[in-house]
Amino acid sequence: MAESAEATMLSAGVKRIAIAGNPNSGKTTVFNKLTGLRHKVGNYPGVTVEKREGRLDGTDIVLLDLPGTYSLSARSPDQEIARDVLFGRLKGTDLPDAVLLVIDANNLERNLYLASQVLELGTPVVIACNMMDVAEARHTTVDCEALSNELGVPVVPTIASKERGLTQLRQALSNTSFTSNMHRQSRPWRLPNAFEKALSNATTILARSGRIREQAMHGAALLWMTDYLSGDKRSREAAERLLSAIPSEDAEKLRATGRQVAEQIPDPVETAIEARYDWISQVAHRVLAQHDSEKRRTGSTTDKIDRILTHRVFGLAIFAVIMFLLFLSIFSWAEPLMDLIETGQLALAGWVEALIPKGPLQSLMTDGVITGVGAVVVFFPQICILFLFLSILEASGYMARAAFLMDRLMSRVGLHGKSFIPLLSSYACAIPGIMATRTIENARDRLTTIMVAPFMSCSARLPVYIIVIGAVFGDRTWLKAGVMFGMYALGTITALVMALLFKKTLLAGPRPTFIMELPPYHMPQPKTVLREMWDRSKLFLTGAGTTIFAVCVLIWALSYFPRMDETELSSEVKAQIAQLDAGDTDSRENIISGAQLRQSALGRLGHFIEPAIEPLGYDWRLGIGILSSFLAREVFVGAMGITFSVGEADETSEALRDKLAGATWPDGRPVLTPWVGMGLMVFYVLACQCVSTLAVVRRETGSWRWPALMFTYMTVLAYLASLAVYQIGSRLG
Amino acid sequence: MPRLLANLSPGENGRITHVAGEADVRHQLLEMGLTSGTLVRMVRVAPLGDPLELHVRGYRLSVRKSEAAMVTIEGD
Ligand SMILES: Nc1nc2c(ncn2[C@@H]2O[C@H](COP(=O)(O)OP(=O)(O)O)[C@@H](O)[C@H]2O)c(=O)[nH]1
Repeated sequence: MAESAEATMLSAGVKRIAIAGNPNSGKTTVFNKLTGLRHKVGNYPGVTVEKREGRLDGTDIVLLDLPGTYSLSARSPDQEIARDVLFGRLKGTDLPDAVLLVIDANNLERNLYLASQVLELGTPVVIACNMMDVAEARHTTVDCEALSNELGVPVVPTIASKERGLTQLRQALSNTSFTSNMHRQSRPWRLPNAFEKALSNATTILARSGRIREQAMHGAALLWMTDYLSGDKRSREAAERLLSAIPSEDAEKLRATGRQVAEQIPDPVETAIEARYDWISQVAHRVLAQHDSEKRRTGSTTDKIDRILTHRVFGLAIFAVIMFLLFLSIFSWAEPLMDLIETGQLALAGWVEALIPKGPLQSLMTDGVITGVGAVVVFFPQICILFLFLSILEASGYMARAAFLMDRLMSRVGLHGKSFIPLLSSYACAIPGIMATRTIENARDRLTTIMVAPFMSCSARLPVYIIVIGAVFGDRTWLKAGVMFGMYALGTITALVMALLFKKTLLAGPRPTFIMELPPYHMPQPKTVLREMWDRSKLFLTGAGTTIFAVCVLIWALSYFPRMDETELSSEVKAQIAQLDAGDTDSRENIISGAQLRQSALGRLGHFIEPAIEPLGYDWRLGIGILSSFLAREVFVGAMGITFSVGEADETSEALRDKLAGATWPDGRPVLTPWVGMGLMVFYVLACQCVSTLAVVRRETGSWRWPALMFTYMTVLAYLASLAVYQIGSRLG
Repeated sequence: MPRLLANLSPGENGRITHVAGEADVRHQLLEMGLTSGTLVRMVRVAPLGDPLELHVRGYRLSVRKSEAAMVTIEGD
């Protein structure tokens, strides 16, 4: 009676079902098919683990996608989130009413490891036994009915990519009895007696604390115990957090149960893992029709593909071609789109100019708002293309092979095989590169990769190199090419050296590990891949976009205010204007806006920092260029155009190149000598002059600490290096 | 005769007898299914000499040689 009353009460509200499973089990595909690709994407609080939510087609059940994990231990942020959600203790995410576990039929044993952990948390569970087609091709059959009997929960065979079994799965999910727990109250596998006894004590203590739901008690006690006795820092911290949440008396008693186990069992964590796997092997033996794993695997399609793709010669050659395509695509396919955006931006600015009378409002709209929006949107094509590539590489299974091929190389500087693609992408633009580090599970490896990615010479530095090399080295083609190559090499080498330094100091950790599954190859599903690309790219717009926009408006204000009246123009400027033909309003405008910029807050800052940059050989006009470049490097050329009063300029502008080449100090010495030019370029290679990058780092690391450090150390490094180049170089002659 | 997993040649099999090393790495290897008594096959070595590709419990796992050197096996 009481139960049915509770059921009616609960059915009034929306039901929430979390989807859990190993990576590569087909979780995302199941989620997409069940929600019909209508879902919203966000992030779990404080971390960059993506959170997807969507409604189960035609019902009021909400599906929540958990990060793919191999276990519920607290070793990585992903695992911790999955487990916190299942315990109902993650802020902003309610305890799910049920769990949909997706398991890979071809990989039953390892998939059942996570599955059994989830089952022990007592939430109602429905299992989708996925990839049944692949199993069939391998002459294996999984007896889902037998598995269901073993585990005590419904098991539905599915082929998510072909939408087979999904109707039955939907049905099973809608029929879940959300209130009754159909699991056994105790584990179906046993630990040594002493361990069991301590666990039952721990369960009693936890039950008293009221911190954990009754059904989850047994699983929670075991998880706590293995965390507490684990050698992993993160896991121990998780165990301590639970201790600090319960009365100190109980915490002390709980610790005592832990000590009890540690005294009697040499490695309790190992014991628990092995006992679980022993049971799993037995279950697998009973439900798999063909268990001879050796014969089954030889000659699989994946194996045949891998014989080529990981081949000593062909494997590396194909990898090089794929990377070249990736590089080419973000570098050049995005170009027309970026041009289109810039053209659109100019057209819009022109339209606004005609609409709003000249003055601060017009300038705010055109140079602040439209430039700001443009600065965000202009990266969008590159980001979309990169994420399209990455989604395909991931869905097909090639991503893991790329890491497998490159790990040796990356481990030389203490990095992980998975760092390679993010760093390579950063040659086009550090923003998608940094966002691509999400595939690196180890937090230290990921941070190191993020912290060095901006050294890779991105496409925004190219205009700076071109205009400076052009102004300094004139027509000496070979020298120009050599210097250009040198700049790319300098960035790359610095990135690798800094990575090594970071791993030895700030981000030093226990011995780095590389333990990675090589999933079978799959044909990527276009819809899923496109959706994934869109979801991730959108996060860039909403996340970093706002910061980038705000800074653009700020820089505009600095370069616009204070304003002087045209009557206040210096006599020098007035004389320049007087020399012009009466009808030459363009030149007049250019001279005036140059004068305005020079006396704006930004211009004054340029003067202010002159003593600091003089040792580098720069005058205050180059100072303005550098300062405005902190917004984005590509601004340098435009800002130089205004400062030198040549108006709108790009890197092919001969007028600007000549002005730069002819600029002199008050005493008549040329400003841009070859060594100043070299130093200036070295500065641009090394300095972190990109607000967008900092905004993305802030987003990806969850705090301003890392972007602040990044900005500081890169700027200091850039300053010292260009100081050295100029001072040493100009002494050599 | 006990050997190290890292020393298997491609195509060779072995049964795990012991996983050594620091607790966190050891537990991670165990959770991925490298428990004692499990049959493993060395599939291949990466083109640059490291890491290794193993076949274990019906799936493919890649580990570095340094990790495979923590795993003792006996011939099967
Ligand atoms: N053959 C086959 N492929 C599948 C099935 N389910 C998913 N896939 C493919 O397996 C790959 C990995 O799936 P995904 O959903 O991204 O896995 P996740 O890592 O668990 O989210 C994708 O290329 C899917 O198209 C299935 O039942 N059969």
